[in-house]
Amino acid sequence: MPVTSTNLGDRLASIIDASRVHSDPAVLARYAVDEVIPAAIARPGSAEEIAEIARFAIAENLAIVPVGSRSKLGIGMPPTRYDIALDMTALDQIAHYDPGDLTLSVDAGLPLAKLNAALAPHRQFLPLLLPFYSTSTIGGVIASGLNSPLRQTYGTARDFLIGAEFIDGTGAPCKSGGRVVKNVTGYDLHKLLIGSFGTLAIITRLNFRTFPMPLDSRGFVAAFPSAEGALALRRKIAESPLSPLTLEVLNPQLAQIFATQTPSGHEPAIFGDAGESASTGTTLPLPGDWFDAKSWQLCAAFAGSAEVLQRYERDLTALARSLPPALRPTATTFLDDATRPAIWGRLREALPLLLQASPAATIFRIGALPETHAALLDALREIAQRCDIPHALIARATGNIYFALLPDDPSIHLANAHVAAALDPQDVGHLLDGTNQEIIAQLAKAADAVFALCAKHSATASIQFCPALLKRHMNVFGPPRPDAAAMRRLKTAFDPQNIFAPGRMLQES
Amino acid sequence: MNSDLIRELQILLGRASVLSLPEELLMYEYDGSIEKSLPDAVVFPTTTQQVSEIVKLANKHDVPIVGRGAGTGLSGGAIARAGGVMIVFARMNRILSVDYENLRAVVQPGLVNAELTRAVEHAGLYFAPDPSSQKSCTIGGNVSENSGGPHTLAYGVTTNHVTALELVLPDGEILRIGNAQGDALGYDLSGLFVGSEGTLALVTEITVRLCRKPEAVKTLLAIFDSIDDASETVVDITARAITPAACEMMDGWTLRVIEDYVHAGFPMDSAAVILLEIEGLRQSVAAQATAIEEVCLTHHAREVRLARDDRERDLFWKGRKNAFGALGRIAPCNYVLDGVIPRSKLPQTLRRIYEIGKAYDLQIGNIFHAGDGNLHPLVLYDPRTPGKLEAALAAANEIIRYCVEVGGSLTGEHGVGMEKAELMSLIFSDADFALMRRVHDAFNPSASLNPAKIFPLGKGCGEIRVRPTRGHATIATSAAPSASLLSGSAGNSASAKPEAATAKH
Repeated sequence: MPVTSTNLGDRLASIIDASRVHSDPAVLARYAVDEVIPAAIARPGSAEEIAEIARFAIAENLAIVPVGSRSKLGIGMPPTRYDIALDMTALDQIAHYDPGDLTLSVDAGLPLAKLNAALAPHRQFLPLLLPFYSTSTIGGVIASGLNSPLRQTYGTARDFLIGAEFIDGTGAPCKSGGRVVKNVTGYDLHKLLIGSFGTLAIITRLNFRTFPMPLDSRGFVAAFPSAEGALALRRKIAESPLSPLTLEVLNPQLAQIFATQTPSGHEPAIFGDAGESASTGTTLPLPGDWFDAKSWQLCAAFAGSAEVLQRYERDLTALARSLPPALRPTATTFLDDATRPAIWGRLREALPLLLQASPAATIFRIGALPETHAALLDALREIAQRCDIPHALIARATGNIYFALLPDDPSIHLANAHVAAALDPQDVGHLLDGTNQEIIAQLAKAADAVFALCAKHSATASIQFCPALLKRHMNVFGPPRPDAAAMRRLKTAFDPQNIFAPGRMLQES
Repeated sequence: MNSDLIRELQILLGRASVLSLPEELLMYEYDGSIEKSLPDAVVFPTTTQQVSEIVKLANKHDVPIVGRGAGTGLSGGAIARAGGVMIVFARMNRILSVDYENLRAVVQPGLVNAELTRAVEHAGLYFAPDPSSQKSCTIGGNVSENSGGPHTLAYGVTTNHVTALELVLPDGEILRIGNAQGDALGYDLSGLFVGSEGTLALVTEITVRLCRKPEAVKTLLAIFDSIDDASETVVDITARAITPAACEMMDGWTLRVIEDYVHAGFPMDSAAVILLEIEGLRQSVAAQATAIEEVCLTHHAREVRLARDDRERDLFWKGRKNAFGALGRIAPCNYVLDGVIPRSKLPQTLRRIYEIGKAYDLQIGNIFHAGDGNLHPLVLYDPRTPGKLEAALAAANEIIRYCVEVGGSLTGEHGVGMEKAELMSLIFSDADFALMRRVHDAFNPSASLNPAKIFPLGKGCGEIRVRPTRGHATIATSAAPSASLLSGSAGNSASAKPEAATAKH
């Protein structure tokens, strides 16, 4: 029997339990990737079932997009074909945890918050403080390649993902790496899965090294009248013997958002705090008077014994004073367990906060050497001013800049995936006309300028979130690059028939 | 070997940059492993463009290519297993640029590892990966093998310090991947190519991170009367989540051999020592040193010695890093393994290793990166005694199998190369091999680059079997299974090579 959009659900129900298959339009819409809606949802219960679904997709030439909690489906390009949404959330077990070895092996559908909750009794954690923290699955976190402010100390997932199991595009269960912290046996294929958006394989299991929680930690916030001062202190700290856990600079627009907005939903506290072990924490308090919402802000977290914390307080104060008078902070504050979550919770949830501030937010992730940031920040401000759209940004000492254009047109956001998902798919089409076309054109022009700017500074740039409409005009990964052919070869090696998330990352050739 | 190819190489590079006489090639038939195979020609390019041209010439004549740094590798990665042209990067050994503000350096693959630190230490910087052979091994070789070293416990292995690469693909194409900052878009190509053992591309330029030297360093030597106590100490340090920068263990037998040679002040009558290094802020180093000392004493350390000054610290490390030279004086041959295990399994694994040594009547020394569970059992043997090489290989095979049984892996930092290729089936399934093979073929479809490595010959990229049309008879013979761990057959003479042995980990 040939597969049609009407009988796909039935066919899937012959592979896995019928209760794990959906083809109700209202449910399907919630799995939309931008404007693209799947024909059926399958929620397999094991790697074997996933392999069977993959083999079915190969035989019937169907496209599969693996999804976790669906918080980050808006990142990347929409798939060119999308038959089956593979909901991974039923694979949510901890397969192996050896606290004495600091190694962990978990199913891809396990929520990150639950994962850390299991490590907390052993005073260990996985250093991924990522947006959408309370809902994200570990598989989604890895596949979307987001990086955390803790990169400053712990690196990115590629530095502590030590192995993976996955179903490749032939429907075969494969693995790479292992469960040991040092290993050069075979190709490091698991590293390729980081940031692959489900285009290479369906990740079923991930192995990590875990890390001891810091003894105790504190925060430091300094307010500056200009970016120059904040970046100057950031450089001084980076060049000092101190090694803060996080080190980032915010512009006043973002400070304003932090001072007034709270990420929706319950938020667990920051790692190391008592609340971390619970997947449902308390709602973040707003920062107090000590947080100057009209200034540039430098934020740092640091950890250690009481003696070490004192040393940080001494040195940070001295470093701030050592700046030329014109660059010195107007205020500095040390944050304790009570005041810190207000800022650190928001730093972690900066992307959702920006989307809350403007659902049409167009958020760029830029990777640039830190000492190019001063020039980049100036140029980015000019780009925002030229298109007359407010902007907010974070510039981390790791080199990552998040630059957000925040149009305030209330209609445009309706084409965003997470909003469209809640609507009848029929309605989405109606949103694609009217005045918002003008803003889309402005955003597209600004995006071209950002991509050109970054190329000039040997930086990388991609759009993390933007209205679905914008993606009709451009690739969120920027202009074609010289290594695209090499990536296409890898895609074909993993997924010869192009059944996994086609077009989601690489442009179809 | 095709004399036309030799001539064309000479025209391209100049006569002085092409070796093809048998006596000239002898130095290039081996590395630090027990494997051997002669290349047909050795060339010394000075530019990426030349590397690309060499690759194209070799392809035109249907001859395989292998890249080589200093030849200190321990798994046969830089051996011309199928003959052909060996590209030696000794003359591409420059530091192209150093960005002191952003902590990056761009280097050529032939640069000796320790030279990079020497060039930047005036600014308080260093290159973190520190294989014991760092005074001779090259950064290009480190990239190919994803090399480690004692301090990778805290700072990671080579792949954690590489942000961008320039490559020459097996078809001669020059490709740049990654980005100086480290945030590459798309698939993590650097993550794939680093550690691919020269089977996917030749590396012609490397962008690495530099690290700032820590404010304070303390080096401790913990001395034990029982090996079990020492290994339980390592387990406990790990479990208590104390993270030293290095945590190296040496057993008593190895220690005595080293002390005779290096005079590092190691106690001759102890059963084991652990060499620990702690780095960071003064305050944090002091607290961690106290915590470590406590753990050691809890596990009945006889003494915990703190290096009084840099001189004593250097002496401790000299003992550790010259271990292999010292061992070379005891037995004509040693075979060093590289198995890696979960740290929690250390005591039982060490006990098993000594049992295996007894069963085969072989001396096995242990000197290894205890903190990350990376064992280096050294099986000593005299190949002139009949049966000893076979016994050494069989013992090695049993040790590696045990490492895998307890949840470990074949190799932590030396690579699979030739010597562990046949053991890969202990870890990987046919489906795993099929995928790795498709990835291999995506870049190196005819296996012209570094053939017959990593993959077991039966499951590999088929280069041996598909090559008869290539018409160089040397391949079939030189690529026959050598003294592999699995077969235990003495296909190679595996003679002593002290000059390579001194460069080992």
